[in-house]
Amino acid sequence: MTAMIDIAALDDIPRQGARVVKTEAGCVAVFRTADDQVFALDDRCPHKGGPLSEGIVHGTSVTCPLHNWVFDLATGIAKGADEGQVRTYPARMENGRVLLDVSFLQRRSAA
Amino acid sequence: MMRLVVIGAGMASGRMLEQLFEAGFAGEVTLFNGEPRGNYNRLMLSPVLSGEKTYAQIVTHDDAWYAAHGVECRFGEHVTKIDRERKVVVSKRGETPYDALVIATGSAPFIIPVAGKELPGVCTYRDLEDTNAMIAASRPGAKAVVIGGGLLGLEAAAGMAARGAEVTVIHLMGHLMERQLDPSAGYLLQKDLERRGIRIHCTGATKAILGAERVEAVLLEDATVYPADLVCMAVGIRPEVRLATDAHLEIGRGVVVDDQMRTSDPAIFALGECVEHNKQLFGLVAPLYDQAKVLAATLMGTEAAFRPVQTATKLKVTGVDLFSAGDFADAPGREDIVFRDPGRGVYKRLVLEGDQLIGAVMYGDTGDGSWFFDKIKSGEDVSGARETLIFGPAFQGGAQADPLAAVAALPPEAEICGCNGVCKGKITAAVAAGAVTLDAVRVETKASASCGTCTGLVEKVMALTLGDSFTANANPPMCKCTDHTHEDVRRMIKAQGLKSIPAVMQELGWKTVGGCASCRPALNYYLISDWPLEYRDDRQSRFVNERNHANIQKDGTYSVVPRMWGGVTTSAELRAIADAADRYAVPMIKVTGGQRIDLLGVKKHDLPAIWADLNDAGMVSGHAYAKGLRTVKTCVGTEFCRFGTQDSTGLGIKLEKLLWGSWTPAKVKLAVSGCPRNCAEATCKDIGVVCVDSGYQISVAGAAGMDVKETELLCTVATEEEAMEVISAFVQLYRENARYLHRIYKWVAKVGLDWCKAQIADPANRRALHDRFILSQRIYQTDPWAELAERPADWAPIADLTLRAAE
Repeated sequence: MTAMIDIAALDDIPRQGARVVKTEAGCVAVFRTADDQVFALDDRCPHKGGPLSEGIVHGTSVTCPLHNWVFDLATGIAKGADEGQVRTYPARMENGRVLLDVSFLQRRSAA
Repeated sequence: MMRLVVIGAGMASGRMLEQLFEAGFAGEVTLFNGEPRGNYNRLMLSPVLSGEKTYAQIVTHDDAWYAAHGVECRFGEHVTKIDRERKVVVSKRGETPYDALVIATGSAPFIIPVAGKELPGVCTYRDLEDTNAMIAASRPGAKAVVIGGGLLGLEAAAGMAARGAEVTVIHLMGHLMERQLDPSAGYLLQKDLERRGIRIHCTGATKAILGAERVEAVLLEDATVYPADLVCMAVGIRPEVRLATDAHLEIGRGVVVDDQMRTSDPAIFALGECVEHNKQLFGLVAPLYDQAKVLAATLMGTEAAFRPVQTATKLKVTGVDLFSAGDFADAPGREDIVFRDPGRGVYKRLVLEGDQLIGAVMYGDTGDGSWFFDKIKSGEDVSGARETLIFGPAFQGGAQADPLAAVAALPPEAEICGCNGVCKGKITAAVAAGAVTLDAVRVETKASASCGTCTGLVEKVMALTLGDSFTANANPPMCKCTDHTHEDVRRMIKAQGLKSIPAVMQELGWKTVGGCASCRPALNYYLISDWPLEYRDDRQSRFVNERNHANIQKDGTYSVVPRMWGGVTTSAELRAIADAADRYAVPMIKVTGGQRIDLLGVKKHDLPAIWADLNDAGMVSGHAYAKGLRTVKTCVGTEFCRFGTQDSTGLGIKLEKLLWGSWTPAKVKLAVSGCPRNCAEATCKDIGVVCVDSGYQISVAGAAGMDVKETELLCTVATEEEAMEVISAFVQLYRENARYLHRIYKWVAKVGLDWCKAQIADPANRRALHDRFILSQRIYQTDPWAELAERPADWAPIADLTLRAAE
């Protein structure tokens, strides 16, 4: 089941940038691309735990600020020679607002 | 006999009636239209606005046509209600019964809810009334503002400009037509429109429309005011569903219809821009015509089903060629093929998913648009032709295209370098005469020595002439996004006056859509360095440390280093640092190699507060994270030391106050020692000053990191003033010429110390360099902490759901 909730205004996230949503299950990085698509991923690089929200966003990819691993924002899969995947969460933009599926939190609290 | 009532005489219902009569429909038709006229080609309003066509030329069905087919026209008469129980529609002149009803109410322009939106002189761009209002207001010299830089807004702007009005387009997004174009193509379009005298203001949010009796000006959120005699709102449309909603038909974003165009009431049908089919809305004409065909068949009792097809759009502005088709958004599993021809202002982008072409955008040369559109519609496997696909049909079917073969086929008189008018024959002659490197060819012929975009072509000519003995430019390209080297990019930014990242990417033929984490920070630096007044820093193109003005640590915390001029501090500053360390529970306080105090382990959300505290104690950012001036290390000099020859501490402080602020290609560290014993270790710095009795020895290009290298003497001067001018001029020389991320010693190794000496030795040149550095300092010598500490919310999480989860 999905549970989309309104997180913030799109304009609170800089274009080609990200902001962080704090949750019980750790921080989620919400990205905004140059063409205003939004993506949500765990704010933690599987390599050494770098905050992906602080990486440079290019196209629909982000480069981790610590050691330059590159991840596809839509799938969370590492690009190039590196192997790894970041968990992704459904997110979308609607009427200038950013919506995030927080069902992963409900599953957690129900468990 | 069937009584058919149609509400709305737009392009979709017009086509539907045509199809119906062709199929031999024998019922009675009543056609209502809110506009006081019949069906015309709405798509052609733009040529009417620009004066290239008249209204009469775009009428598709005239009175004679309606009369010939026995259509009862009720134009200018609004239907106010649908009574589904009694199967009648209600209008001013009473009730009209129907057996079948077609809702074709189209769409309504979206009006942004700002103050002044109802003032006379504010219009939308939807129908002939709007068009006529714009024509009337477009007398030469009149001022018009168009809100919205999409397809419709730009057509309105171009039309009014063609009639002589001074037009400004205000667009909310960062570049024009962002739904169809990427930033680089948006830049090309903006350049074309600006060349026609249309002013473009992107990232502009309208705050209010000003005026007493009628519209006088438009006010933006950033406080810009544009005077206006007419304001056209073209920010989008939405389906006109009021009648259908009142009749309690099923509505989503539009009137919901099935494959036969039937609504939730079996006697009522809908088509055109007001419908929603499979959760999809339709704004382009091709699918509307398909709907018309299906509905006509349904009404004739024939079986038909609506299947939406891919659509293509073209911007209808004379002289601006833009084509887009299919789906061209970035998404996982999709690949881009990008082709740019800067010389001709051409941009093409194909989007592939698996083996299929699914989208295409082209600007400047749209001749192959329909060929690509066919490929998109057919969904055929294009993997075999992938290499040459973007060159269009002319390149398909033959042998694999060999780029060298094309150059080989050129006649000797073919022009290779447009800037300097150098033909192929001249280059081959120069090569034959011994110019076997690119630099030598540049010197001999001037080919590729100005703007540089022909470098690849020149190299191909050289390769053909030299055969295997030719080795292409050994200098590797900047990154995988481009074939140009850092040096070439820097040169072309200056030569071509490129002043934005999209401009560089377009004009220099970038192969990716948004660059990468390697080229974006480099381009941002080059633009800052070359255009201090015109270019605005792009924060999102910076590495985390420079974006957050603090060094990120391995655990995601940050280090904070306040500036201590020349390494000198006071008891009050130390107390303030100690207090801040306590208040923010700083886990480690460390003295750095550059004579500073480093507070390590500060959490991101505490940064604005700790900065504010340190600011209050009179300290500014130490730029310990910056590609810029880091520190000037000093010894105590004549003030205290019995060996000191000059006031090394004083000069160090003066140098630090002169140099801090402006960005440089890589970090810059200085030191000033008061005597040749060199306690400040000045001879392994980027720039070191060693004081002697007779003055100051300035040496440069030292290193004490991965490489260890002693500095080399640049010059010796007699006074502090001269020392400061030489050093600021040298820093500017480095800023203007070095490759991004190259420290001074690497750059000097490339250009040679003698070249640097010659640049600095010439007094006029030295002064000019110094002046350009001071100009840059006027903009960039500001404390980032003071600026950023005022926006603490930007450093905190955007939302906190930890409480929510406990519910």
